[in-house]
Amino acid sequence: MKKYTPTEKKDTRSGFGAGLHELGKKNPNVVALCADLTGSLKMDAFLKDFPERFVQVGIAEANMMGIAAGLTIGGKIPFTGTFANFSTGRVYDQIRQSIAYSGKNVKICASHAGLTLGEDGATHQILEDIGMMKMLPGMVVINPCDYNQTKAATIAIAEHEGPVYLRFGRPSVPVFTPADQKFEIGKAVMLNEGTDVSIFATGHLVWKAIQACEQLEAKGISAEIINIHTIKPLDENAVLQSVRKTKCVVTCEEHQENGGLGDSIAQVLAKHAPTPIELVAVKDSFGESGTPDELMTKYGLDTVNIVEAALKVIGRKS
Amino acid sequence: MIDQSIYSLQGDLRLKLIEMYHSANAGHIACSLSCIDLMIGALIHHKKEEDSFILSKGHAAASLYVCLNHTGEISNEELKTFYKNGTKLPAHPAANKFTGIPFALGSLGHGFPIAAGIAKANQLKKNTAYSYVLMSDGETNEGTTWEAAHFAVMHKLDNLIVLIDKNGLQGFGHTKDILGDTASEEKWQTLGFEVLSINGHDLEQIINGIDKLKKSKNSKPKVIIGNTVKGKGVSFMENEMKWHYLPLDPGLYQQAVNDIRKQYRA
Repeated sequence: MKKYTPTEKKDTRSGFGAGLHELGKKNPNVVALCADLTGSLKMDAFLKDFPERFVQVGIAEANMMGIAAGLTIGGKIPFTGTFANFSTGRVYDQIRQSIAYSGKNVKICASHAGLTLGEDGATHQILEDIGMMKMLPGMVVINPCDYNQTKAATIAIAEHEGPVYLRFGRPSVPVFTPADQKFEIGKAVMLNEGTDVSIFATGHLVWKAIQACEQLEAKGISAEIINIHTIKPLDENAVLQSVRKTKCVVTCEEHQENGGLGDSIAQVLAKHAPTPIELVAVKDSFGESGTPDELMTKYGLDTVNIVEAALKVIGRKS
Repeated sequence: MIDQSIYSLQGDLRLKLIEMYHSANAGHIACSLSCIDLMIGALIHHKKEEDSFILSKGHAAASLYVCLNHTGEISNEELKTFYKNGTKLPAHPAANKFTGIPFALGSLGHGFPIAAGIAKANQLKKNTAYSYVLMSDGETNEGTTWEAAHFAVMHKLDNLIVLIDKNGLQGFGHTKDILGDTASEEKWQTLGFEVLSINGHDLEQIINGIDKLKKSKNSKPKVIIGNTVKGKGVSFMENEMKWHYLPLDPGLYQQAVNDIRKQYRA
């Protein structure tokens, strides 16, 4: 298989911070809003260099979404920053009516998503956000896999007219995608071509899928690995093209099974190409306090789980 | 100087909106009659092209539609489609069907943050536009009111003018019995707003009040507490909670028309 060697380990939220700072330099319409989590969201560099375009809203996330919606009048491009649970469930009605239904150009940037938030526990480990956001008509949902991709995605969404949900995380994870990549919304990225099973992964699980691919190769199995950084709009062609070749699917995500990437792919398959599928995702459960690695193991989101799912689904091929 | 012809709108627009509600067999009549004078003063008299006006109490949609009909944005033909299948004029305003309605409105507590965001954008652009928002006193129960109020004070949004339609009644009770008086002068003063309490049906007070607040450049956001009567202009609706939701039958419709004609010489 194609070799991927991480250059270093970095958190995806820092990719967001770097992308936002870059946008500050090149696009005077970009404004950043934060609900008192500047340090956590890595928005300090933007704040330091563009203080007049940084809007502190305090710990008042519902208001932040309304303020962001209002700021779009006249052409500003607001980027809101807070944790993923406060970016979605807490403010769903504000996003639904004032941003999505009103068709406003707001970029909802959400950190600390999923189990890898770690010790802060289940209250903060949102695992339902992709589902909530993808259900909103017109909302673009993006979950990049590493620092470089998060930075590129942050820069790219400023060029997209309309609401976007950008999801990223807290821990340092391997950086393996190119620093100079062009991020195309809605375009899946082929990481390894294979013939026996299609593995579609998003976010932090993409690196684990690559590791799983290496282990499968050692067992003589050729896995195709595709990075689905954009969950909505889903790159249906990439999914169907791969599935026609491999005839079975594994999806991987740090999210509930209900409402996540696997759900979206299962729907495409059911409509266009019924195919055996296994979902590596959290099974109708809240998280808990623990280290990110321990939690990923406990909730079945590890490399070993992807390998097992691949072997199982290959066995289901008729 | 106030153009005297604006006073005739108080009767004319009331007749128009009750006709709309009657044809549609729809409720929220008293809610619209309560705030229509504040809207004539703010939206029709004061609002300039660069300004924005957000009707946060979206259930009073008909009052917004008749005002935008008067300003020429909504045609008479369009107005007749209120509540009908395929209309651009639903019970709660939909977004982006008309320039004058850039946001969907109806879920309460959304308009004030939006208007504060617009005011912040105007401040960033260093322009002279004003951002108006009209809320109901019941709506100020919503927590976003207090988030947005603190934001407006902290960010010194003196280009933001909040109008509160304070009629003392909400969906199913008196505001004082539901959650207390969340629209009291003292509360808004304590927050750091410049507060003006007026008769919300007296056009002269409304127009001059807004004028005064616009001239006051003191870094404070502004609030006009318009003391109003729910159902104002239709005797049997005034201060009657049930007219929040009830539609008009033909007999009562005629009585309402007569009431308005008598009171406003429309």
